[in-house]
Amino acid sequence: MSEAISFRFLIDGDDFTSAGNASVQVKKMLRQLNFDAETIRRVSVAMYEGEINMVIHANGGSADVNVWNDRIEVVLADSGPGIPDIDLAMQEGYSTAKDNIRSLGFGAGMGLPNMKRYSDDMKITTELGRGTTVTMSFFVNS
Amino acid sequence: MTVSRLIDELDLEVLSLPFPDREIKGGYTGDLLSWVMGRAKADNVWITIMTNINVVAVASLSDVAAVVIAENAEIGAGVIKKAEEQGINILRSKCPTYETAIAVAKLI
Repeated sequence: MSEAISFRFLIDGDDFTSAGNASVQVKKMLRQLNFDAETIRRVSVAMYEGEINMVIHANGGSADVNVWNDRIEVVLADSGPGIPDIDLAMQEGYSTAKDNIRSLGFGAGMGLPNMKRYSDDMKITTELGRGTTVTMSFFVNS
Repeated sequence: MTVSRLIDELDLEVLSLPFPDREIKGGYTGDLLSWVMGRAKADNVWITIMTNINVVAVASLSDVAAVVIAENAEIGAGVIKKAEEQGINILRSKCPTYETAIAVAKLI
């Protein structure tokens, strides 16, 4: 795989029950490509958190997954409200999710921290009223 | 210890059991799904009272060996069906989370 294998998923903003479908598909795909279990787990958990974030906060978006032999990149882009204070959003436990989301077990303020924890590099670009793009890179265990 | 032995030892109700021979290594308890995804380890038994459909996705992505629903909490047929489709073992205990966790800890 000197050239990237690329996949694109659209995340439905209205459907909380199907959130995670893209991550589960990526997990299966990485398994077929024979990546190690820990790398697969890191990528799929971080991507799922991103999916959930886009459903909760941004009415959905897109996920682009690019796969090389030694690196996997996940780019999550939405046209949501943007993040006013990234440092605050990165703090564990800080959340702006509503009670109905919390009753489902989400909104614990762990989404972005988990994405950072599980990825090797994470960049956030955000503009209020325009949207947010999160780019996560994962280096494959050799 | 395998999932099927855990079922026998703790007298658990089987709701979905596609992988009875899966090995268990450790356990985790929690109901906040993001917290679980950040902390639970692969091959753990995950004990929770949360029973919505996202539990299946979290169990799958975290790669836990089995989910044990504590307190006999209600779980929808659609959730169980999805667990079977995605290869997730789901069991149910009459005991509260605390007692269930102690029982698991004594076995592994």
